[in-house]
Amino acid sequence: MGRYVIRRLLQMIPVFIGSTFLIFVMVHALGDPVNALFGDKAPDPVIAAQIREQYNLNDPLWLQYLKYMGKLFTWDFGNTFSGQSVTSLLAIAYPATIKLTAVAFTIEVVFGIGFGLISGLRRGGISDNSVLVLTLVVISIPTFVTGYVLQYLLGVKWNWFPATAGEDLTLDSLIMPGLVLASVSLAYVARLTRTTVAENSKADYVRTATAKGLPRRRVVINHLLRNSLIPVVTFLGTDLGALMGGALVTERIFNIHGVGFYLYQGIVRQNTNTVVGFVTILVIVYLAANLLVDLLYAVLDPRIRYA
Amino acid sequence: MPAAVRVRWAVIAATSVALVATGCSSSKSSSGGGGNASGIVQAWWGDPQNPLEPVNTNEVNGGAVLNMIFTGLVAYDPKTSKPSNANADSITSSDQQNWTVKLKPGWKFSDGTTVTASSYVDAWNYGALATNKQLNSSFFQYVQGYDDVAPAKGSPKAQTMSGLKVVDDNTFTVALTQKFSTWPSTLGYSAFYPVPKAFFSDHAGYLNKPIGNGPYEITSWTRSQKMQLRPFAGYSGDQKAKNGGVDLKVYTDTNAAYADLQAGNLDIDNGIPNSALKTIQTDLNGRYLNVPAGIIQTISFPLYQPQWSTDGAKLVRQGLSMAIDRPTITKVVFNGTRTPATDWTSPVLGAAGGYKEGLCGDECTFNAAKAKQLIQQGGGIPGGQLTISYNADGPHKEWVDAACNSINNVMGDTKSCVGRPVGTFADFRNQVTTKQMTGAFRTGWQMDYPLIQDFLQPLYFTNASSNDSHYSNPQFDDLVSKANANGDQAAAVGQFQDAEKLLVTDMPVIPLWYQNGTVGWSSKVSNVTLDPFSVPVYKDITVK
Repeated sequence: MGRYVIRRLLQMIPVFIGSTFLIFVMVHALGDPVNALFGDKAPDPVIAAQIREQYNLNDPLWLQYLKYMGKLFTWDFGNTFSGQSVTSLLAIAYPATIKLTAVAFTIEVVFGIGFGLISGLRRGGISDNSVLVLTLVVISIPTFVTGYVLQYLLGVKWNWFPATAGEDLTLDSLIMPGLVLASVSLAYVARLTRTTVAENSKADYVRTATAKGLPRRRVVINHLLRNSLIPVVTFLGTDLGALMGGALVTERIFNIHGVGFYLYQGIVRQNTNTVVGFVTILVIVYLAANLLVDLLYAVLDPRIRYA
Repeated sequence: MPAAVRVRWAVIAATSVALVATGCSSSKSSSGGGGNASGIVQAWWGDPQNPLEPVNTNEVNGGAVLNMIFTGLVAYDPKTSKPSNANADSITSSDQQNWTVKLKPGWKFSDGTTVTASSYVDAWNYGALATNKQLNSSFFQYVQGYDDVAPAKGSPKAQTMSGLKVVDDNTFTVALTQKFSTWPSTLGYSAFYPVPKAFFSDHAGYLNKPIGNGPYEITSWTRSQKMQLRPFAGYSGDQKAKNGGVDLKVYTDTNAAYADLQAGNLDIDNGIPNSALKTIQTDLNGRYLNVPAGIIQTISFPLYQPQWSTDGAKLVRQGLSMAIDRPTITKVVFNGTRTPATDWTSPVLGAAGGYKEGLCGDECTFNAAKAKQLIQQGGGIPGGQLTISYNADGPHKEWVDAACNSINNVMGDTKSCVGRPVGTFADFRNQVTTKQMTGAFRTGWQMDYPLIQDFLQPLYFTNASSNDSHYSNPQFDDLVSKANANGDQAAAVGQFQDAEKLLVTDMPVIPLWYQNGTVGWSSKVSNVTLDPFSVPVYKDITVK
């Protein structure tokens, strides 16, 4: 187990270097950011040259990357054009995104697995069909549509929830964005759970457990659900990373100053430091979530062992 | 069943993480829900792009703050754009080149220090010095000694400009490199604001909490989230705040701000999204203002390309200008937030300031038959097809396509004109400034100060800083220089207009429309207006 974890951690290094380099190259492909600083005016060549110097923009790309990575290992993520350190942006953005993700993830897990279980156990019934129709609707509508519609109805028109979250992230202000962010994944989780529950409910061990005279509750939760969760956990694990990075649309709609917003702003202003810094942390989160998922398999299914 | 327990634990853990993560802040909501009794205005804001230094701020979000915390030598009337002395007691010159500035004594910065002549001279010297990397440093290019502190090549030969001299605490002199009669009127721009000693002694501290001499002071600033401004008790000017303060809130998106405005969580929204313009009158019960701002949108031509510099190409450009149906596009595409342009300045200047409605005449009026005739007379569109380049990350595709359609209809050929998107603004500007354009491209100009000079000299004077089309006409240059040397304001404006008339026949740049400023407000506030820079006049807003 320990060796397995170490091996996995070592594998992360090339993935980490490769992905950050790719992002670095891609941001650079957008062109010279200094011109945009001057707006519609022609840049003063003297000043523009000084700024390029400051951000190492005159160096060849590989040298810029090496300089950047060198600083990164001393936890120096560089500065934005407005003179803010990227680390201070990270400190604002990640807590906000983690709060939003936590709310969304909870909604996704509780309702996704709950709906999936109910419809899987009562195949063909009204509840099954309504879950299927509902999830189909949710999957087919883009997030920004759900977002704006919910914001207008619940936030502006009926005033049930705050229309936007702002800088004080309260639980009630996060419920609506959390729901929007979770909705599509929730639908997938429900459908995935439904299928595996339906499949496993015909399995021998379920029949044996029922024959042993175990109460239905125990059969469903301890035997059926536990075995059905393996594919769901895989999905949830990768989705955790996607939720954090993919909150871009939701965060913009509900004015949440999280990772998505700063990434967007970084891209629009072509600030390599911001974009690469944020993506670096996202990559780490993604890799850690994947490792966690693999370890969770062993907990769910004793047959899986890591050496 | 230890394994089963573990599963349940995993689910509970996920739930409790969510509760813990949000728990700490849910207690905040009860204390933060107070009323608005103290008369604080909640206003929309975008994250400033650059550090908040006077000479380093060249965009509207940073400018809005500087405008509140500073009062310069000169201030512009929010309604008429007329400049008048503010911190300056007098700005005089006998030869339009050597100026003496006298300050009103006793003005204070919000840190308690006094505004003196050196507050200005030091600030300007700092702003001009190339190694300080200030984006607006070129505003000091007319001051003697600018070439020494910002040489075109190599490091600065001097740390200060020789043209600036402190005479006493409240007097300093400025020597310019050329005659510039309207120079005092430019001094209301943010690049010319003074700075306190703390700007130099604790620069990092200053950037975290800028200090000014204006009607407001910054009481707290959470970078990229929120800024609180409160009236500055020691303010000596006559632009005193009429409310208990302004809270500027950074929004991730203009749509989010508009939703907050409708829900009553925001009072002032001057970042109205285009999607809201159709319904805004009914959404806000008429609490909406759409007024001209000092911004003109234009289409420029690369006169440095041989096919565009011929005499025939002049006629083609005139014809293209007449082929664009401005009134229809401003109405349909922009919902009336643009006004068809009939000259190269802006209505905010007023007739006395140099705006002349209809100066462009027939050449800027839609006339399909005449347009086609002129284009054919000039030898047709060079290359057979006109491309209009624009940056795709801005809201330009719709109007470029509409303008092209208009030209195509006139020419009776669906391929006469096509839009050419360039991915990002930075890349687009890069291509423009390095002379890589082969066809037409979009340009826009937001005035720095409400003077006709600012709409002409930086844009059309030979080799001027923002002369993107590289237009050059000695007659134009001559008239502008004469106007700058003319001490009589009215006569100077007339000479500027004479120069502007040359643009009608040369048509290096097609004027399209004047951009308006828009603002919507909540029922909690009143007396909302926009200044000619399309920034709300925060100090005049009253809270009910």
